[in-house]
Parts: sequence; structure tokens; C-alpha cells
Amino acid sequence: MSNNMVYIALQNNEEARPIVEAIEQDNPDAQINHFPAMVKIDAPGRLAVNRETVEELIGRDWDPQEIHLSVISISGNVDETEDAFILERKR
Amino acid sequence: MAAKKMNLREKYTRMTRDLAWDFSYQRDEDVYKQMTMEGIKIEDWDKWEDPFRLTMDAYWKYQGEKERKLYAIIDAFAQNNGHLNVTDARYVNALKLFLTGVSPLEYMAHRGFAMVGRQFPGVGAQVACQMQAVDELRHVQTQVHTISQYNKYFNGFQEFRHQHDRVWYLSVPKSFFDDAVSAGPFEFLTAISFSFEYVLTNLLFMPFMSGAAYNGDMATVTFGFSAQSDEARHMTLGLEVIKFILEQHPDNLPIVQKWIDKWFWRGYRLLTLVAMMMDYMLPKRVMSWREAWEMYFEQNGGALFEDLARYGIRKPKYWEQSVVEKDVISHAAWGTFYNYAHAAPFHTWTPNDEEMEWLSAKYPDTFDKYFRPRYEHWAEQEKKGERFYNPSLPMLCTTCQIPMVFPELDDLALTCYRSSEYEGDTYHFCSDGCKDIFDNEPEKYVQSWLPVHQIYQGNCGGATVEDVVKWYHMEDGVDNREYLHSPDRRNWDKWTKKATEEEVPPKTAVG
Repeated sequence: MSNNMVYIALQNNEEARPIVEAIEQDNPDAQINHFPAMVKIDAPGRLAVNRETVEELIGRDWDPQEIHLSVISISGNVDETEDAFILERKR
Repeated sequence: MAAKKMNLREKYTRMTRDLAWDFSYQRDEDVYKQMTMEGIKIEDWDKWEDPFRLTMDAYWKYQGEKERKLYAIIDAFAQNNGHLNVTDARYVNALKLFLTGVSPLEYMAHRGFAMVGRQFPGVGAQVACQMQAVDELRHVQTQVHTISQYNKYFNGFQEFRHQHDRVWYLSVPKSFFDDAVSAGPFEFLTAISFSFEYVLTNLLFMPFMSGAAYNGDMATVTFGFSAQSDEARHMTLGLEVIKFILEQHPDNLPIVQKWIDKWFWRGYRLLTLVAMMMDYMLPKRVMSWREAWEMYFEQNGGALFEDLARYGIRKPKYWEQSVVEKDVISHAAWGTFYNYAHAAPFHTWTPNDEEMEWLSAKYPDTFDKYFRPRYEHWAEQEKKGERFYNPSLPMLCTTCQIPMVFPELDDLALTCYRSSEYEGDTYHFCSDGCKDIFDNEPEKYVQSWLPVHQIYQGNCGGATVEDVVKWYHMEDGVDNREYLHSPDRRNWDKWTKKATEEEVPPKTAVG
């Protein structure tokens, strides 16, 4: 029984909403759970927030480091580049 | 002449590692004196990975934006009498617990990271520690600023700093952090960055902030989430530290495993205060301690330790015990604070009927059997005008400094007692976990400042409860004791016109 879940928790606000939507589009296995003032997204093995997807949703340039403004918590190994913010379990 | 834009990795390298220098007229071992004292072997600091490639300029930009947002909300909260929008004045006691117990730890974290950042030869580790030291200072400041609005209207906040160094239950968080700061730099990071921030901090902030959101406390939600947005970086530092140390040398594994065992148990015991807050202090509850422990430790912690198994790390010792105890600790703690409500700067109460039903449903195996009868008895006593205050002092665990309230695993009705002999004296513990920690470093823990011992030795203002309470800078009958009889409750009912004067019982006589 292997457990390789990763997650990201984001504030439930205007800035985070397109990030949540982008995650939903690009990570079909992600499970989105709503809590008071917070959205927690769990995914098996890997979860990616892609710059391009967020930019398409908000219609402006978006730097993946803007995620620092609305992230609450994470679990998994982080890989941050100019194109994506990725959480993963390494096996 | 547009220069090619650097990618994030290049920018990070230029702005961080390339700014470091090698010493030419001092030896490294003279500059970084604490690097070998713990037996950790580091062969190549360049192997340190920085998963967040945040440079100092980007750090100031994002932190500045977070601060502007936060203070706009704090202003709006104060201007609109936001303190009147909380569910019930009982809720405010959760904030008193937070300000006295948690905010001073943020300040100690600021000091701790400033100190250890100075000790590491690797520039990646130095920068991460420096950012975190600034973050932690920001956290304590924003918490004090936010809660100051409540301090204008409710009792019990005004002496939080004085009390943190003196009050019996505050020695639990204080001694936890002092233990970490007085360890070596690698142990400090394993304790705070990994075991606390990465494994356990979700159980501190998520319940407090979701609880605040649920109970109408906009200001606390905002400072909490503003602080939490730094937390992702802190947690990542915690995980990076562990992986880096373990990849550097095989001799490091047993040392790190021992620290993980110790600091998991230290942190878990500290969270007893949060368990109690979640199950008893929120008029509107988000989830039970039991559910939170299952979600954040059993499931998420499980995934983390499977991930670390490739380095030879196993789950922390005694984690199974925390799973059995999840049915008990919040109730044991609230019962203790109910007993000693005259000696703590916040109010306690017995759960009402609806809350008892919630507790029964969330804790079907333990609440009705072990705890409901106590609350019913205490509630009856209170109605007769005989609100129970325990006149004796409790026996404390030498390691976690919590009174002996935890059960034996095979019989939850029995209190667990353990002891060790050291240089002719006997030391007492609440659990095998706390006893192990003492036995590994007795010379450290025999120096513990145990509040009950100190009171009996005459170091806390005098021999009576009144003397000690005065030494704590608490106003008896105002800052402490039963919620039903408190000025906080009388004021709240007046402000919200929820009760007529005669429904409010008179203040209990001091004694």
C-alpha cells in the first residue's frame, strides 16, 4: 500500500482562483477540497502549476513566483522554474 | 541592446551563490565553529539544492505586497469594530492562548534562524535561514498588531510577554523552543525546519486559521494566512536540510534519525494545546483533533516518511502511540485547564449540551466513557455556586513540562507514569517518548525550569495561589477563572445585547 500523495493548499481568494483552475485543467487526477477560507488540492505523485495555463486564464503575464502570495501549505519536493511550479514524490 | 533575460536558475545562481566568497586569511573552521560539534559530516556544500529559487530582490517585492494587503485588512477590521463579529466571546480565549503561547515562539524562531544562518558555510543555506529569520520577525509583529485590537476590549492579553517566561502552561512552548535553540545548528534545523515546520506545523496553523475563519475573525485569518504563505518556503527548507545531510555521509543517518524521533515527540506533545483549542475553544468547530491528526499526520506524514525511506529514515519512534492518544489528549488537556482556570490568563468552561453531542459523535470510543461524566459533574457544581478550582499543584513531566495527564495505551483510564534515576535524583515523565529524550541527554534536562518545582521552592512570588497569580501579572477574577463569571462575558452580552443583567451570574468570590 504505497502512499505518494502531494498537496498544495491555497487561500480561497481572487488571486488563487485561476491557479486552482489551472491545476484542475492540467492535473486530471487532482482532487480539490474546499475548507473555510482555503482550498486544498491533493494529487498522486505529481502536481504542476503551469505558467501558460494560468496566463491563458487571466489574460496577462504571470510569474510562477506569484504563487508565494497565496500559498498556505505544500507537501512534496518542490521544483520551481520560470515555466512551472511543481510538487512531486521521488521514488 | 536588450540583454538576454536570465532564466530563474541563472538568476538565482548569480544573485545568491555568486555573491559568496572564500576566506583568505581566516581558516573555515575558525569562522564556522559549530560545524563539527554534532558529528554531522558535510563533504560538499555545493550539493545543497535550493528548490525555491527566490532571490533577495524578489523576496522583498513579494513580502512587501503581503504586508500591504495585511495591514489594509487590519485597518478595516479596527475601523469596523471587527471584534464584535466573532461567533462568541469564548472564541477570543483561543487568541489569548495563541498570543501567549505561539507568538513568542515566532520571535525565538527569528533569533534561532539568525544564529544558525551564521553557522553554515553554504550560501544556499545562509540565504534560506536569513529569509526565514526576517519572516519570523514579521510573524510576531503582525500577530501582535492584529491581536492588539482585541486587547482593547478583552482581558488577558496585556502581559503576554511577561507571562511567557513564567506561567506554568507556557513553560511547555517556551521550553520546547529553548531546547531547540540551545542545540547545535543541524539539530536546530532538524527540530524546527523539519520536524516542526514540515511534519507538524500544518496542525498548528491550519486549525487556528480555519477556526478563525469559521468563527468570524477576519483579522486572525489574514495574519495567519499571510504567515502561512511564508511557511511553504520554511517547510521546503526543512525537507531540503534532511535530504542534504543524509546524502552527504552515511554516518549522518543514525544521528538524524535520533533527532527526528526526539523532535517528533517534543512537537507532538506541544500540539496538545492545539488539540484542546480545536475541540473545546472554538464555538463553531472546523474538524476534531482526531480528524486533523488523521489528515495531516497519518496520511500526509505517511507519504513523507515513505519518500524518505530511500535514505534509510523510518517513521519517528512512538508515532503509533500518537494514533492511540488522538482519542484522549484534547479532553485530558481541557480538563486540566478547567481544574487550574484560576492560574491561567484565559477563561475555561464546560461544554454545553450541543457541544457534548459533537464530542460524543467525534470521539465515540472515549468521550462518553471517560470525559462526559466529569463535565456533567463540574457543570452541576458550578450551578450550585461551587465552581471547582483545584487547590493543589500538578506533577509535571520533566521533558515536555505538561502535567501527568496522558494515559497508558492498554488502559485509557490509567495515567501513565515513568521515571529515571540520575545522579541520585528521580525524574518523572508522562510517557516513554519523554523518558527516552531525558535518558539520552540527562545533563541537559536536569536543568529544566519546572514551574511547579519553582513555585514550591519559593521562586514565583510567594507560597499562595494569590501570590503566584500576582507574580504572573494576572488580575484575579478578571483575566482568569470561569468564563460564565467573567467581565469578558458580561461585556460581550452587553455589547451584543444577548442577555439581561439578571441572567449573568455574579463574579465568583476570589479564594
